[in-house]
Amino acid sequence: MPVAPATGLRGKDLVGIDPLSAGEIQLLLDTAEQMREVAERPIKKVPALRGKTVVNLFFEPSTRTRFSFEVAEKRLSADSLNFAASASSVEKGETLIDTARNLEAMQPDFIVIRHRYAGAPHRLARILKASVINAGDGAHEHPTQALLDALTIRLHRGTLEGQVVAIFGDLQFSRVVRSNVLLLSRMGAKVRVGGPPSLVPPGIEQLGCEVYHRMEDAIAGADVVMMLRIQLERQSRVNFPTVREYYDFFALTPERLKLARKDCLVMHPGPMNRGVEIDSRVADGPQSVILEQVTNGVAVRMAVLYLLAGGQGEPASD
Amino acid sequence: MRGRKASAGLSRVQVLDRAEISRALERMAAEILERDPDPNQLYLVGVQKRGVPLAQRLAALVERASGRRPTVGALDITLYRDDVGPWRPAHQQPVLRATSLPEAIDEKTVCLVDDVLYTGRTVRAALDTLMDYGRPRAIRLAVLVDRGHRELPIAADFVGRTVPSARTEDVQVRLAETDDDEGVWLARETR
Repeated sequence: MPVAPATGLRGKDLVGIDPLSAGEIQLLLDTAEQMREVAERPIKKVPALRGKTVVNLFFEPSTRTRFSFEVAEKRLSADSLNFAASASSVEKGETLIDTARNLEAMQPDFIVIRHRYAGAPHRLARILKASVINAGDGAHEHPTQALLDALTIRLHRGTLEGQVVAIFGDLQFSRVVRSNVLLLSRMGAKVRVGGPPSLVPPGIEQLGCEVYHRMEDAIAGADVVMMLRIQLERQSRVNFPTVREYYDFFALTPERLKLARKDCLVMHPGPMNRGVEIDSRVADGPQSVILEQVTNGVAVRMAVLYLLAGGQGEPASD
Repeated sequence: MRGRKASAGLSRVQVLDRAEISRALERMAAEILERDPDPNQLYLVGVQKRGVPLAQRLAALVERASGRRPTVGALDITLYRDDVGPWRPAHQQPVLRATSLPEAIDEKTVCLVDDVLYTGRTVRAALDTLMDYGRPRAIRLAVLVDRGHRELPIAADFVGRTVPSARTEDVQVRLAETDDDEGVWLARETR
């Protein structure tokens, strides 16, 4: 039974997948699916958010996500302002609030925020009138990534329900995995996660997934395999002996992919470490939908902006 | 079928039944061909959502009369509306539906098709949407019902039925393709 889409989003913000109902997720995905068509038009721009101001507040480096938000904002005719802050200027908690209050004084309609601390978007959402969109907070959530992954699966399979999705790699430092497990399990998919034991946080199964330690077991019969990036920059100490050993045990290789369903989709949120968590023959192979994920990312962010522009809902709570 | 149906404070008067809708569409198809006799140049574009099945029906009728089926497309005007934003009831954005223009509209005679012409604001949005897709030779407008009360200088070229109405009344169009019955009703809340 497919979930009926909600008539609108309840909140004024998108701080995570966790506060969303299945109906709201369905509405976001349905809207995103139609937004894809805008990119096919001779004039790739619609006036829906004319006169709206979006501040892209990135306290952490990001190319893909920031770019994707910016393209989405421009396709909807919103005005974008980019604020790139170095992490060092916001080490003290006060500064984030001060920055946000200063920005609010310029009356933006949306604030897209990426921050190294979990909960930073929630904090802003409570004190600001603008709609706050989480573009990644620490190792907590990355809701638009989960939505674009879900849209990619749905476009290929028609539904999320019953899909066996194996997510493999660095679970400890990944906000992508949290948002994905929450979304996919809420929509009726069967989620398997796994990685080197040193990178599997205890209690992750409580999000709604099964934990595997051998990659071969996680992949067996899967409809979708999603590889996570080994985030070398987030690891204070080495959690596995060598990159070479990681490849030997945990990389998605053509041989391992054969264990999955014949037409299993290969996904990766990017940027990829070729030859570490994914073999180039798989990343560039016929089952890879990695570049479609990027295209769908723009459509998903357009849908989020459009639906949040619909009215002032309740601010997010934490 | 005809007459007043009173239920829960709502009075409904039927103004067109299924057969009358068919006859109205047949006449409109004939008028469309009379105005633009070459169906190869004709592009029927239905406005989501009930304009789409109406455009398909008109295309079939044009084909029956001329032997050639005109191109049919679907247009969603939501992203061009003038009432999107915080002044709508909270958290309710209009639902996005598919836009599908299988061929370029350049140099074609586009006939926009919608179920009801009221303020003209939907047509304004449709015109702006179409202009972003190309440069048609001409754009015409066909509507099943014209209920008056224009707020913009817009008029239809082909009208199925003119239905004088009060602003407080609701014109309800139901089609077999999108609803479980078919007809046009004028509804009014009674107290």
